[in-house]
Amino acid sequence: MRHLLSAGDLSRDEAIQILDTAEELLNVASRPIKKLPTLRGRTVVNLFYEDSTRTRISFEAAAKRLSADVINFSAKGSSVSKGESLKDTALTLQAMGADAVVIRHHLSGAPHRLASSGWMHGAIVNAGDGTHEHPTQALLDAFTMRRHLGDLTDRRITIVGDVLHSRVARSNALLLSTLGAEVTLVAPPTLLPVGVEKWPVHTTYDLDSALHKADAVMMLRVQAERMQNAYFPSAREYSRRYGLDARRMGMLPDHAIVMHPGPMNRGMEISAEVADSVRSVIVEQVTNGVAVRMAVLYLLLSGSNESDPIPESLV
Amino acid sequence: MSAYLIRNANILGEQVADILVRDGVIESIGSALAADDATVVEAKGLIALPGLVDIHTHLREPGREDAETVLTGSQAAARGGYTAVFAMANTEPVADTAGVVEQVWRLGKEAGYVDVQPVGAVTVGLAGERLAELGAMADSAAQVRVFSDDGKCVHDAVLMRRALEYVKAFGGVIAQHAQEPRLTEGAQMNEGELSGILGLTGWPAVAEEAIIARDVLLTAHVDSRLHVCHLSTKGSVDIVRQAKVRGVNVTAEVTPHHLLLTDELARSYNPIFKVNPPLRTAEDVEAVRAGLADGTIDVVGTDHAPHPMEDKECEWSSAAFGMLGLEEALGVVQLTMVDTGNLTWAGVADRMSFTPAKIGRLADQGRPLVAGEPANICLYDPDAARTVDPYASASKSRNNPYADRELPGAVVATFLRGVPTVLDGKLQEISA
Ligand SMILES: [Zn+2]
Repeated sequence: MRHLLSAGDLSRDEAIQILDTAEELLNVASRPIKKLPTLRGRTVVNLFYEDSTRTRISFEAAAKRLSADVINFSAKGSSVSKGESLKDTALTLQAMGADAVVIRHHLSGAPHRLASSGWMHGAIVNAGDGTHEHPTQALLDAFTMRRHLGDLTDRRITIVGDVLHSRVARSNALLLSTLGAEVTLVAPPTLLPVGVEKWPVHTTYDLDSALHKADAVMMLRVQAERMQNAYFPSAREYSRRYGLDARRMGMLPDHAIVMHPGPMNRGMEISAEVADSVRSVIVEQVTNGVAVRMAVLYLLLSGSNESDPIPESLV
Repeated sequence: MSAYLIRNANILGEQVADILVRDGVIESIGSALAADDATVVEAKGLIALPGLVDIHTHLREPGREDAETVLTGSQAAARGGYTAVFAMANTEPVADTAGVVEQVWRLGKEAGYVDVQPVGAVTVGLAGERLAELGAMADSAAQVRVFSDDGKCVHDAVLMRRALEYVKAFGGVIAQHAQEPRLTEGAQMNEGELSGILGLTGWPAVAEEAIIARDVLLTAHVDSRLHVCHLSTKGSVDIVRQAKVRGVNVTAEVTPHHLLLTDELARSYNPIFKVNPPLRTAEDVEAVRAGLADGTIDVVGTDHAPHPMEDKECEWSSAAFGMLGLEEALGVVQLTMVDTGNLTWAGVADRMSFTPAKIGRLADQGRPLVAGEPANICLYDPDAARTVDPYASASKSRNNPYADRELPGAVVATFLRGVPTVLDGKLQEISA
């Protein structure tokens, strides 16, 4: 693994290696001294073209716990906002000696451009690009599911909402099917991408039918502005047909968990009652995010891909 | 004016003969011709084609001389075997007045590498709101006959109907960039399985096909003449095929890139492959090849669209649409149409010279290679091979989608009315 651009690039073994490594690193996070010296002297740049305080802080904490030097390069207050090109920014980062660049961008494929253009040589981590992918979110979601459900083989995961515009849905669909889970996407027909029938997933337009056997249900954020483009008639109708409320939560098996990548629109895709219920693992997702991102940075930067998960002496 | 004796050329791949060129015309064609005063051009193994005519070129001048000029674009055309190009109207200012089309036409004359025939805008400023002075452009020195808002679609049905009607007065044709604007808002690539996976907004085939279907019906209704620019989908081929069966006066064009490249190239997110209409699926590529072979698609038009480097060295969605093509068109057509048995060299002459000249009403271009005709000739070596180097180009721009690809063939010489613009594969100095 040289970069992490798409969840679809991960083999089953690579994905499991990341999740296992994250498991060990989670123990570090719970110790009084949370730092490992593993990436001392390495530089990780957080290159954020899009505001996402939670993702940036998560990566920053992950890099710092591995003792890396962290540079935050945000579109706001830097030359990026004055229109510097991606290429010039990449050349600058190369000159600064960036070993890894964590990039968040509002345009799909920007991380691929950094990785394949030859403008810079560091490892690229996709921290969310446009409506394309968000692989570390999928990894932390899988990590969270695994902690509750065990091995994900043949587990049924229902993902509900604006799949068309969701990078979280894309990455989850790819990663979960790699891990052997059975994924069902639920959305109104307008919010499913053309060609979704060729994805390794099931799809349905009927949420109720996808709940009674689900081991986990993941609600995607839906922006109310989508109705201006006629994707659905009104927020109320969307919420009625595709929102997760107490009635629908009651249809889930007892062991099933409820997830949301955040930020939530309470009252739109998820009711407050569900978001705050005992089934909800939404807060836990945030904690696990740091461990998963530590694992990704560790595996990308600490030498060979076959390295032992974490040297005994450090754990 | 000097004379040239072209020896042993394979004329349209049908007959090996000598061609004697003098005073801008083909003086005679025959075996073992002799002329003491003529420069001999040995053409054994070379195909002789009529000078190619590109019905769809963007020369960018006036306004974007950083990307291309009439001179550099003309030189690229000559290197591609062309002797005439139609220069699209989406310049700055837009070619929507007699003044601007005459300026472009004059710049073409001064450059002297190809006949530069301006295309006039259909609507003022390509804004799609009111008709440009089509008659004034037709009556100008440039004698405009092809009108197009290319880059934009004349999507208003009433405006399209009126334009089709109005140009009947002077034998004009409306060349439509078929793109339903609402269905393609923010569109980045072909809509299909891949756009869904890549998270790039899709440009659905139906947005092209719906406009072509409507325009075919309008054209029949007002009994006018329609040319469909850069047709790119299987469905579009079917619509044009049916329209022709019904006798509608419609012609259609396909680009070299739509004959060869597919949407799979978008996987790289490298905007060198971003173009409008977008690269389509392998099935569409098959369909446009079949359409060009059976004459449903009448011509190959390059849609040569130069862009400065910075407009391509960026994120896919920030990048400009468009790719070069003048210097690669013939090689791509050989690869996709001739070497595959879809088209003979005579067929290539028809699709790349005779018919585009006819559609655009160019009297002394696209003429047969016989005595008495203007000496517009392309000599082409089909057995050569090359790896495309974007820097070995006369164009000012480098947005070449064929970079590092193997293409067959090489243009060895191009004659414009008896004057070699390219000789031994090299661009010649023109003393205009
Ligand atoms: Zn066009």
